Amino acid sequence: MSPKPMPTFPKGGVHPPEMKAVTAGLPIESMPPPPRVSLFLKQHVGTPCEVAVEKRQDAPPPRNLLYHRHPGRIYQILVERKDRVRTGDLIGTVGDKVGANLHASLSGAVDGVADVRHPMMGKAPAIVISGDPEGRPRSYEPTDWRGFSRQGLLNSIRNAGVVGLGGAGFPSDIKLAVKPDVALDTLILNGAECEPYLTCDHRIMVEHAREVVEGAKILLTILGISDCAIGIENNKPDAIERLREVIDQGDAGNGFRIRVRPLDVKYPQGAADQIMQSVTGRVRPSGRRSSSIGIIVQNVYTAKTVYDAVALGKPFYERVVTVSGKGIARPANLRVPIGTHLSDIVSHLGGTTPDLAKVVMGGPMMGFAVSTLNIPVTKTTSGALFLTKDEIDTQDYGPCIRCGFCLDACPMGLEPNNIGIWVEAGRGAETGQFGVMEDCFECGSCAYVCPSKRPLVQFIRLARIKIGEARKKREREERIGAV
Amino acid sequence: MTTDLYVSVSPHVKQDVTVEKIMWTVVACLLPPLVLSVFVFGFQVLYITLVSVGGCVAAEALSEKALKRPVTVKDGSAVITGLLLAYVIPPGAPVWMPIPAAFMAIFVSKVLMGGLGFNIFNPALIGRAFLVATYPVAMTTAWLEPIRDLSVFKYMGGGVDAVSGATPLYVLKHYGMAAFTERFGAMSTVYRDFFIGLRPGCIGETSGLLLLLGGMFLIWKRYITWHIPASLILSVGGLTWIFGGDALFTGNPLVAVLSGGVMLGAFFMATDYVTSPTQKTGKLIFGAGIGALTVLIRMKGGYPEGICYAILLMNALTPALDQRLRPRRFSEGATV
Repeated sequence: MSPKPMPTFPKGGVHPPEMKAVTAGLPIESMPPPPRVSLFLKQHVGTPCEVAVEKRQDAPPPRNLLYHRHPGRIYQILVERKDRVRTGDLIGTVGDKVGANLHASLSGAVDGVADVRHPMMGKAPAIVISGDPEGRPRSYEPTDWRGFSRQGLLNSIRNAGVVGLGGAGFPSDIKLAVKPDVALDTLILNGAECEPYLTCDHRIMVEHAREVVEGAKILLTILGISDCAIGIENNKPDAIERLREVIDQGDAGNGFRIRVRPLDVKYPQGAADQIMQSVTGRVRPSGRRSSSIGIIVQNVYTAKTVYDAVALGKPFYERVVTVSGKGIARPANLRVPIGTHLSDIVSHLGGTTPDLAKVVMGGPMMGFAVSTLNIPVTKTTSGALFLTKDEIDTQDYGPCIRCGFCLDACPMGLEPNNIGIWVEAGRGAETGQFGVMEDCFECGSCAYVCPSKRPLVQFIRLARIKIGEARKKREREERIGAV
Repeated sequence: MTTDLYVSVSPHVKQDVTVEKIMWTVVACLLPPLVLSVFVFGFQVLYITLVSVGGCVAAEALSEKALKRPVTVKDGSAVITGLLLAYVIPPGAPVWMPIPAAFMAIFVSKVLMGGLGFNIFNPALIGRAFLVATYPVAMTTAWLEPIRDLSVFKYMGGGVDAVSGATPLYVLKHYGMAAFTERFGAMSTVYRDFFIGLRPGCIGETSGLLLLLGGMFLIWKRYITWHIPASLILSVGGLTWIFGGDALFTGNPLVAVLSGGVMLGAFFMATDYVTSPTQKTGKLIFGAGIGALTVLIRMKGGYPEGICYAILLMNALTPALDQRLRPRRFSEGATV
């Protein structure tokens, strides 16, 4: 039986209130340059990379090198204190390691490197730039990218510091440099945007449809394939219509087959496994990459960013962030320099309401709650949600009543109920049997439906830590045994 | 920043369904059969039910206090146990009867097991099983003839013996089909009366119609799934049709389903989250197993009705079913 496309992924999933109406109709608005930005040396989750900031070509040899010490790691910063930078200047690079270049997002002076509150990692080293009111941003002119070689396109993407904007922020050039022996046939542009509240991808598709489609063509050229499906949940009819218009106007006969695939609304439609199954019917085997089933998935916003990087030569230093929730005076889809502090966004948008109860970076299902507004936007920050008490869950949790709701909600067919019970019983290390390590991507559907309000994602993270500890312990014992 | 912000692991929004909401909805779905029962068996059933609910709530509060645990009566589960316990007691039973049963149901079978979520057996049915063992005469003979003239105080203050009527299953088991027809009328009358609830039986088990409506509402709200009720009812009906008559395939499935506690058990007792399997396949096997055991007890056992023990026996199998029948992983459908 050959896999068939379907209106939505069949297994599990939930329907949280969409809450998108507040910002879905608001055009993208550019925020005036903030007084300062803080650019984390590590902008993406998970991939270990040592970042060293490269010396700017036009600067004299540095006299006072700024050394930054971080537990277990030394970063060498070659931008001098008080150095003047312009938007788009390269201020950080990873050489040939897995990682992404970092560019100044503000014209001004480098203050230095400081430990700054990170949305996920406590505190992390960041280059702080103070804005210069006189500073002028660079402008970028489009060039024809069609003459570029595959490597040339990849280099442009790498130089511009583009990372995947769907969540984890994996460096795009590395993901796109698929080995030639891997048989690919489909590029999926992920425009599901299934997280409630968020509308930045939606606005990008409506307002930058041409760039998204051009970006898709660049991606197809790099991958050496011709089929692209743009998966969009059908709660964004204007985006579907606009992209179809642009595709129809596009130059025919160049061999690209780009089409829009409307999908039924269901969370987590935008997860890679789920959108691949919805669009193509194919299911990824556990522990393998999506390329093993012939597919590469890229976010629509990544495609737009790739276009900017390749055709305009514009580095990725600013992004659209959906600012929403009942706790902010004026919700908006705001284009901000990366590194802009939430406090500056808040003051630009008229402040928060007195009943503000929770601030989330990202969407309400997978985003990170932060304890302060003194925290900068990263390359992967899709939303800044200011939620009041009636919008969030603050209930205490109770025991598992074995209702089985989480089993029906889990898109991966796991057993969140058992993981939670085992972790509570102090046996988290034994939860590998439930697929904790390889299959769970922490979409939160289980915790969303749980009537006992059990913090199942938290239990799962604890389980992962316990499994990791047990594995290390076993390895250590084996080593000792071998000696 | 002066405001204190909540910080927690995602997700930050949660479905508007809580344990309390589910439990109190089940309570609401259980009330119509009680109202009908007051009109069919008289006003004293209300006293029995109130004593049962009060006994269960008190048992939970007192035992949790005694064990220095948080008191959880507001989650509504003890109220459900109280209602269900009363519903499986004959309407002519003495009013104090639920009290020892409530102690067994709540303290021994639930709180001592670890409280809500940790009990293996359905508490209300443990209560009933305890009563059947300790007060067998009242539990098997205190039946009342349905009241058809709205004289709801008819059975108040004694005189029960004079009017007690045998249950349909008792008549079928001991006197056969001919006696059954003589006692309860032509089949069309039987179906109508039994469906509405006009037959001798326990307080809350007689009305197939109201129990079905309540159960359907819970399925529509997605609080329970169809798997257990459907497999249970089909299995009772099917097996009775095959083996329940004088020859094979001559049994009456409708009478089998509409008598005894099948409808109450199928929608409100076997579907108890805590004591039933969590997987769909497990639920189907669980329901079918209850049906098979019920028919077996009815036909071969010493009791005319067997749903109570059938559910308790399958409760014991729930952990095994859950361990064997795991959900199908997403990647098991991998297309490579």
